[in-house]
Order: sequence, then C-alpha cells, then structure tokens
Amino acid sequence: MLHIVNKSPTERNAFDSCLATAQAGGAVLLIEDGVYAATRGSAAEPTLRAALANIEIYALSADLEARGMANAVTEGVKLVDYGGFVDLVAKYKTCQSWL
Amino acid sequence: MSEHGAIKKFMYVNRKAPYGTIYALESLEVVLIAAAFDQDVSLAFVDDGVYQLKKGHQTKGLEVKNFQPTYRALDDYDITKLYVESESLASRGLTEEDMCVPVEVVSRADLGKLMEQQDVLFSF
Repeated sequence: MLHIVNKSPTERNAFDSCLATAQAGGAVLLIEDGVYAATRGSAAEPTLRAALANIEIYALSADLEARGMANAVTEGVKLVDYGGFVDLVAKYKTCQSWL
Repeated sequence: MSEHGAIKKFMYVNRKAPYGTIYALESLEVVLIAAAFDQDVSLAFVDDGVYQLKKGHQTKGLEVKNFQPTYRALDDYDITKLYVESESLASRGLTEEDMCVPVEVVSRADLGKLMEQQDVLFSF
C-alpha cells in the first residue's frame, strides 16, 4: 500500500507513526511539509534511512523546491512530480494519508 | 505616535514551516502593519519556523506566492532584529549560512530571556 505524509516530522508525529506502521514492500510519499523528513540533517533522517532498507520512499519535487530544500535530499529518496504522484496512487491498491 | 506614549517592544514568534500552513505569510503581514506604527519590532524564528528563512524558495511548481523576498524587504522598514534559535537550526541540518537574510543566532535560553523583555508577544 501507499502511505502519504504531509506534516513536518519536527511538528507532528505523522512521519514516525507512518513508518512504525508501514510494512516491507510498501511505499511512502512525502508531500507538503512532509518533505522535510527527506532532508539531510533533519532529526528524522535516521528513521528515514532505516526505513529505506525495506520501504520505497518518495518526495514531491515541487514541495522541496518551494521550501529551498531540493539540494538537501537524503540519498535513496526518489523524487516525483505531480504525474508521478498520480502514478503511485494508481499503482497501489490502497492509500493511507497520515494527516 | 509619540503623543500616544512610549514605544512598545513587539516580538513575533514564528514556529511554523512556510507554505504547508498560512501562519508564516500571515505573520509577515502583521509584522508590516506594526512597522507602520513605529514600534520596537523583533522577529523570532524557532522550531519549524527556522525553515521560513531557508534560502532558495522556488514556488513556481506549487503555483503559490513566494514570500521569501519580503524578508529581505524588512530592513527597509527598520526591522533588523531577527533572532534564530540555534538548536532548531541544528536539528534540521541548517546553519546560519542557510538563512536568506542577516540574523542573530541565539540559544534557547537567550531566546527565553528576549521573550521576557517584550511588552507584547504575537504567536504564529
């Protein structure tokens, strides 16, 4: 399944809660303030790196660019545009938004 | 405004990341209003608020207003006291060099002292 996180990891627990729940083979898409979890040096970086071992993690490019973070993305995170967002939603049978 | 008494110390405390919510933009709007009344204005950036000043916002893809240039205009309104909390920067992989305007980096304890010195605090 696909998990979508739109909250900053240093503002809410949505990211941690999502990763604690997500199963191997699943995917996480970070959008809006959720993209801060994909940036180097974030307090969330160790959690994200550990999750990359068995979960695909994506981040929406437009949200990284808006926040000036496009050059700070942690290795292993895959970037998608809005078309890629739609493709992910279509690819997985179900989707959970961690609002 | 001198006929109405002493100038007050106003601090705007910014704790939210930009764009995900409207707080950062609304704070800027209110800051500019206060500046028009010749008050002693300072801005604090703490927790996710430090992200507001991260250099290089490019909002074309989101189709929303890029309000980062407004921070650079604050100097024209004699708003020069911008405090950024150091632990908030560190826990987000940011440094003073990542900031889009000149700021004073302060510790959490010093920020607390600065807040105690204010007449009015605005929370965003």
